[in-house]
Amino acid sequence: MTAHRLPNGGRVDRAAPVRFTYDGKRYTGLRGDTLASALIANGVLEVAPSSYRGRPRGIVTAGVDEPNALVLVDGSLLPATTLELHDGLSATGRSGVGRLTDSTDSVRHDKRYVHCDVLVVGGGPAGLAAAQAAGRTGARTILADERTELGGTLLATKGFDLSWPGLAEFPETRVLSRTTAVGYYDQNYVVLAQRNTLWHVRAKRVVLATGAHERPLVFADNDRPGVMLASAVREYVNRYAVAPGQNVVLATTNDSAYQVALDLIAAGITVSAIVDSRPEPPAALVNQVGVEVITGSAVTGTEGRHRVSAVHIGPDRSIPCDLLAVSGGWNPAVHMFSQAQGRVRYEERIAAFVPDTCPQDLEVVGAANATYELAACLAEGAAAGARAAHLAGFGGGTAPELPPVPAESDSAHRPVWMVEGDETLQFIDLQRDSTVADIRRATGAGLRSVEHVKRYTTVGTGLDQGRTGGVPAIGVIAELLGASSPGEVGTTTYRPPYTPVSFALLAGRDRGELHDPIRRTAMHSWHVAHGAVFEDVGQWKRPHHYPRAGEDAQAAVLRECTAARTGLAMMDASTLGKIEVQGPDAGEFLNRMYTNAFAKLAIGSCRYGMLCRADGMVFDDGVVLRLAEDRYLTTTTTGNAAAVLDWFEEWQQTEWPELRVRFTSVTEQWATIAVVGPGSRAALTPLLPDLDLSAAAFGFMTFRDTVLCNGVPARVARVSFSGELAFEINVATWHGLSTWELVANTGATPYGTETMHVLRAEKGFVIVGQDTDGTVTPQDLGMDWIVSKRKDFVGRRSFSRPDTARPDRRQLVGLLPVDPDDLLPEGAQLVAGGVPLTPPVPMLGHVTSSYRSAALGRTFALALVAGGRDLIGRELLAPLGNRVITATVTEPIFYDPEGTRRDG
Amino acid sequence: MTVEPRRSPLDGLDVHREGVRLRELPFPSQVDLRLDPVGTAANRVAQSLGTPLPVVPNTVVVSGDRHTLWLGPDEWLVVGPDGDAPVVVRALREALGTEPGSVVDVSANRVVLELSGARARDVLEQGCSIDLHPRAFGPERCAQTLLARANVLLYQVNEMPTYWVMVRPSFAEYLVSWLLDAARCPRVGADRSGRGTDPSS
Repeated sequence: MTAHRLPNGGRVDRAAPVRFTYDGKRYTGLRGDTLASALIANGVLEVAPSSYRGRPRGIVTAGVDEPNALVLVDGSLLPATTLELHDGLSATGRSGVGRLTDSTDSVRHDKRYVHCDVLVVGGGPAGLAAAQAAGRTGARTILADERTELGGTLLATKGFDLSWPGLAEFPETRVLSRTTAVGYYDQNYVVLAQRNTLWHVRAKRVVLATGAHERPLVFADNDRPGVMLASAVREYVNRYAVAPGQNVVLATTNDSAYQVALDLIAAGITVSAIVDSRPEPPAALVNQVGVEVITGSAVTGTEGRHRVSAVHIGPDRSIPCDLLAVSGGWNPAVHMFSQAQGRVRYEERIAAFVPDTCPQDLEVVGAANATYELAACLAEGAAAGARAAHLAGFGGGTAPELPPVPAESDSAHRPVWMVEGDETLQFIDLQRDSTVADIRRATGAGLRSVEHVKRYTTVGTGLDQGRTGGVPAIGVIAELLGASSPGEVGTTTYRPPYTPVSFALLAGRDRGELHDPIRRTAMHSWHVAHGAVFEDVGQWKRPHHYPRAGEDAQAAVLRECTAARTGLAMMDASTLGKIEVQGPDAGEFLNRMYTNAFAKLAIGSCRYGMLCRADGMVFDDGVVLRLAEDRYLTTTTTGNAAAVLDWFEEWQQTEWPELRVRFTSVTEQWATIAVVGPGSRAALTPLLPDLDLSAAAFGFMTFRDTVLCNGVPARVARVSFSGELAFEINVATWHGLSTWELVANTGATPYGTETMHVLRAEKGFVIVGQDTDGTVTPQDLGMDWIVSKRKDFVGRRSFSRPDTARPDRRQLVGLLPVDPDDLLPEGAQLVAGGVPLTPPVPMLGHVTSSYRSAALGRTFALALVAGGRDLIGRELLAPLGNRVITATVTEPIFYDPEGTRRDG
Repeated sequence: MTVEPRRSPLDGLDVHREGVRLRELPFPSQVDLRLDPVGTAANRVAQSLGTPLPVVPNTVVVSGDRHTLWLGPDEWLVVGPDGDAPVVVRALREALGTEPGSVVDVSANRVVLELSGARARDVLEQGCSIDLHPRAFGPERCAQTLLARANVLLYQVNEMPTYWVMVRPSFAEYLVSWLLDAARCPRVGADRSGRGTDPSS
């Protein structure tokens, strides 16, 4: 045993030494110690110096409110006062500023989503009583407590038997230790952080038993090591059996310090004096402690180098000591309550902000409710627990019998916000090194709001979020502003998280491979096996191109394009959205949604359609198949599958409920293979034995339901997104791979999305979302032909707005760079030829698509250009920083404008 | 061709982990039905299925090897054995007659994963925010919800518990990776002693 470890008592295991390292030095503590208590046991009270002024600092608290004793462990900045000691622990003291580690956090993190009837936050006496009262009714009860052991202040109380029968026997009661409630959201949604697990709890009722934090006192040199909260001193002595000092002076504004004095004396520690701000503290307490009580007084300063050696009480009195234990009153821990949108009010009698009203289904009990006597805490907790369970449907609401406890006193407090002395040494926020002088400067500059003063002085912005300094700061502001009380100043806003939470914990297992779903088609494994380079399209992985050995992307795409235009190629088009539209009014519904008409589309035929938003801007496009009199199959772009279904449902449900039509997503029912090229008919003939594939028998924009040569049912459509002869084969998803292999065996060249883009752009087919951006009408795209003049549809009325008829709207045009090898970057801004290129230069538009074309033997692009159709034949410039590309404006179609190739 | 050309998205996955089993139920029949629940077609459909359609939200009616899941006030999913879909589609279309509604074979539109065993709920609780406690969710209950980052149709089949997790095939591989990762994790934090357990040790 070290000299600082008391010979008896404590909740540490004296038979279990624990070795650890602090700042490179080796020490030994005991199982049950925190790092802070183990350091005190080794005579170490001083920790890293302060962040900004480099002043010596010591351990101040025994809990989450610690401003000074922060340590870096495995990349995390943690309070030494809550860090459980374990063998091999290696900690480095840091002064409130952490450092990000560059190594990957390999610890597994996890999440839980649970629901309960009663959530009790805080496992002190009030919380324990509440949990027991709720749990015994059979209500689903969760008790969350941030410490390693339940008990709260009872752990630091001598002579109280800490046994809580019952909790373990209730089958629906769950006790979560080492678990901190960090966030409180609407409808009793509370987030709990437990080491490597983040609990998301939805509770019918919540009982907050979050306790209270003791406040320090503000005086000159109050930051010197050896100044410690009185409750912390008591906890170190009683719970950990360590003595932070041998000769103690207590300074207080309330009754709680007297019990501390009694416990210290009982442990054999000298208490030289109690300095009480009240002129007449309760005589019973004064008589009971039997040490000098200096009444109506306050500590005004300390002496010492790296440790307190004496305290000053005014100019005339000095008392030697090696520890100053301070109690400036207690702040109910209203953080969770305030996060729950609860309002606090200032209570003069105890000089603290206490819970008032809250719109959520919660109750606050115990010290969190400014109830400080043990018997009252237990009674309040038990009553609240029973009531919460009852309101959730369990038990009759009667509180259980409680064990008898000794009486305690809590007479009126007398806060001391400001004393005489050098204000630049009167520290309010130890982590931020902010002082009374800083606050005076803020109020002197005219700041009145506590929120402004906080931001100006940084008080309360440290890792401890003002748990110790917050209310003293408010007290000082109140005095400086001449306010009637701190209640007039009010508190700053309490925001989650209550204590710091690591990003790794928030991420849980949503990292690496599992960070975001990867969507794969039925043919994905084939694409991988054949060397596809993938691109992300939303969450989908789509083959971008299939390079052969020695080929770069550009060469692969040119080869794939050539195969599609001159031979036989194939593409996985499974990701397109698909919606079945059924009902007697299906045709009428589609007529109202699409800009063009579908009601009279022949059964067995397909038609390309366009959807606009109500503002007339292009929203989506795709091919629609008529399957039967009352059944259509619409296709959507890959990214808009869900949005189009929602759009259909919204209009049907809210505008036209009388239409007899229903929608069903079948996107993933079907795997789709586009077989493209002049060779496609011959290649598919043996695969489709029941079909006559000739142009006369199987016309463009029609489809057939048939059976493949291997017996697989298939729907084959003659649609083309390349201008070439093409067949689109749809089979049930689970036939996708085998059908793909069947087609691949004909020698078809697989191609990816890039080739698809080049082929369609050569034909001037737009891609919604690439050549449009939500500001483009069908007319802007030169697609007036798809806008019906004879029927109404969503967006039609917007086409009579003057704005959609402006001649200088951006219109889709083609661009041919003057140098056929110059590739315009997509997104490049375009300006008129002949204008000086010194800013400001009027922008006429931008390049939306740009490629190298195998068929054209050159580069080409599509662009949206203001009044572009009138510029055809003119030259535009694309200034690109170090060079300028000149391009000629053309019609947005580059290949086979007559459409002679689609029938092969 | 003699080879079975069908391939279930997870190739008949069947994995055992401590307290939990995850397997694919390949090629289930699934038919999506939409109709007015109070129209006369609803009665004809009930007769044709041999059981009334569930009208209590998020419940399932089981009849033989057909499970009818409530998806919405006017939408159900009829799940049955492999090959059942054409029969069901024909019967439902006939029962629907000319009343507004729709019948669509969506057998390949979702993969059915079966998650069962003592820890099954524990695994789901790691990524599903609805209340799966027996008091709130039990046999013959279903819900459309999020599991991890995938939309799923979740159906508790029996008290064991056995769940069906029905997910779009494109998400299946992701979801299986997620489920197996979650199944690896031992149960944490449920200590009742008041002395904490350490999930990292």
